[in-house]
Amino acid sequence: MQLVYKKPETLTDATMHYCPGCGHGVVHRVLMEVVNEMGIVGETIGVAPVGCSVFAYNYMNIDMQEAAHGRASAVATGIKRVLPEKIVFSYQGDGDLAAIGTGESIHTVNRGENILMIFINNAIYGMTGGQMAPTTILGQVTSTTPYGRNSDLIGFPLKITDLVAQLPGAFYVTRQAVHTAGAVRKLKKAVEASFKYQRMKKGTCFIEVVSNCPSGWKMTPAEANVWMEKNMFPLYPLGDLKVPVLN
Amino acid sequence: MESAPRSDARLMKGNEALAEAAIRAGMQAYFGYPITPQSEILEYLTLEAPKRNFVALQAESELAAINMIYGAGGAGARVMTSSSSPGISLMQEGISYMSSAEIPCLIINVQRGGPGLGTIQPSQGDYFQATKGGGHGDYRLLVLAPASVQEMADFVFEGFRLAEKYRNPTMILSDGALGQMMEKVALPASGSLPVINKPWATTGKPANGERRILTSLHLEPEKMEQINMRLQAKYRRMEEDVRYELLGSEEPEVVLVAFGLTARVCQKSLELAHERGLRVALLRPITLFPFPSRVIESLCEIADSFLTVEMNAGQMVEDVKLAVNGKRPVYFKGRMGGMIPTPEEILLELEAITEKDETATA
Repeated sequence: MQLVYKKPETLTDATMHYCPGCGHGVVHRVLMEVVNEMGIVGETIGVAPVGCSVFAYNYMNIDMQEAAHGRASAVATGIKRVLPEKIVFSYQGDGDLAAIGTGESIHTVNRGENILMIFINNAIYGMTGGQMAPTTILGQVTSTTPYGRNSDLIGFPLKITDLVAQLPGAFYVTRQAVHTAGAVRKLKKAVEASFKYQRMKKGTCFIEVVSNCPSGWKMTPAEANVWMEKNMFPLYPLGDLKVPVLN
Repeated sequence: MESAPRSDARLMKGNEALAEAAIRAGMQAYFGYPITPQSEILEYLTLEAPKRNFVALQAESELAAINMIYGAGGAGARVMTSSSSPGISLMQEGISYMSSAEIPCLIINVQRGGPGLGTIQPSQGDYFQATKGGGHGDYRLLVLAPASVQEMADFVFEGFRLAEKYRNPTMILSDGALGQMMEKVALPASGSLPVINKPWATTGKPANGERRILTSLHLEPEKMEQINMRLQAKYRRMEEDVRYELLGSEEPEVVLVAFGLTARVCQKSLELAHERGLRVALLRPITLFPFPSRVIESLCEIADSFLTVEMNAGQMVEDVKLAVNGKRPVYFKGRMGGMIPTPEEILLELEAITEKDETATA
């Protein structure tokens, strides 16, 4: 029998702990496919966050560091500053990047750190059991917004990707998804481009992936993707927020 | 370290001598944030970095700074950060993570008076924080306590050496007076601290080797306990690097125990005491962790009592009492909130203690 499809060697054999339908596994795969295909396994260093993807280093078969909650981009800054020729990325969820780590996120981009920041936005805290995230949408019920997110009480969803796109240090800022085969292909192109720009030392590349959380949202995977398209995409529209300008 | 070649003596501020020593010790990256009374370190290093080929970056906070040295240290670089008491409090989470992930680094605390925002005057109020862990979980830092501008420079070399020997964060516990005062210093020469191999560093997966992961997360309690046991064994091994200085009478009635700036003050008290015919010795712990407990234990055989002097409400005195273990009385004299004890007020304590001891034995 002929083998026509297999996982890249840059993914380990470990069984992923992610829930059925979760986007993390797909994003991991896309990232590692690009690392494999670009032949940069030996020169890529990743930084894992605190959150559902805290064990990303168990699945990505490359050198990795586990950061404290919110500090992945500071850790990535430290790595990149002493190894400027290597490829460095951070991988964070919405709570990590846009709540506890907001300061680090904004200042990393503002310095134009020459790294790729991957930001998974699923509008909820998955790991701790479904609490409100900074990106939770208005009216969304979570375990800490049991009556729905109310802006009078707890403010509005934080569109941090729009915010960092305004900073001069950002070179390429885009918002992608992984709910269809087409979306996965587009994400892969964005990751490839980001690593290419990093080689060219252009500044920070920032990719938001609007994703789902079937367990946290208490939906089936299919329902979750429908809910995401209907409720999250209008607030977090897919596409480039800062188009790279190469001269 | 003592035999390393040195430059001619020059007059320097403690903070600047420390910063210059860090460059000469082969520091590859420094991340810091301004806070009085240590900002000269950040200023000196950002000035020198482009000229002398190392990284110096002003972070957006102490939180970011400690996590930047986590990343850079984890990538194998010789790394340092510096701050003063409130900023060191902010770094505690990162220090706990680095202790667990075993990332060597040098952390400078130029202490100021607290608690809270406190004062910018010198203090030793962070002894507990420095020597008992400081952040969450069971861990220890190697802690060096300089007492002069010369030692501010020398201990940077020793600090990096110990950090790399044990794969553990090391702290230099200084204070605002040592950081700000100017003294004669002969700086160690560049290149005298060897570069060591760090096979655990994340520099990119080797073509024919295992990938490296730096983490402090181990959800299985059996594994986490094993890691704790290994770390505790390492902390016990550090005992072989204990350092102290013992001055004064060989048959003391009272042993003064003081570190850092207070040890300098106590040297003067020692002179005054000898002029008055009192037999006094001064034990200066140079490493606060590992603590020179054994020498204190042996001093119990020859001394009548101990007087611990600190610029705090009584922190190191607890370790002195543990070492003395009830065999002799242990007295304490402290000033707080940025106040420095005078040699005369320590002398008064010594006189009161010797009278008390005579009454007790009479």
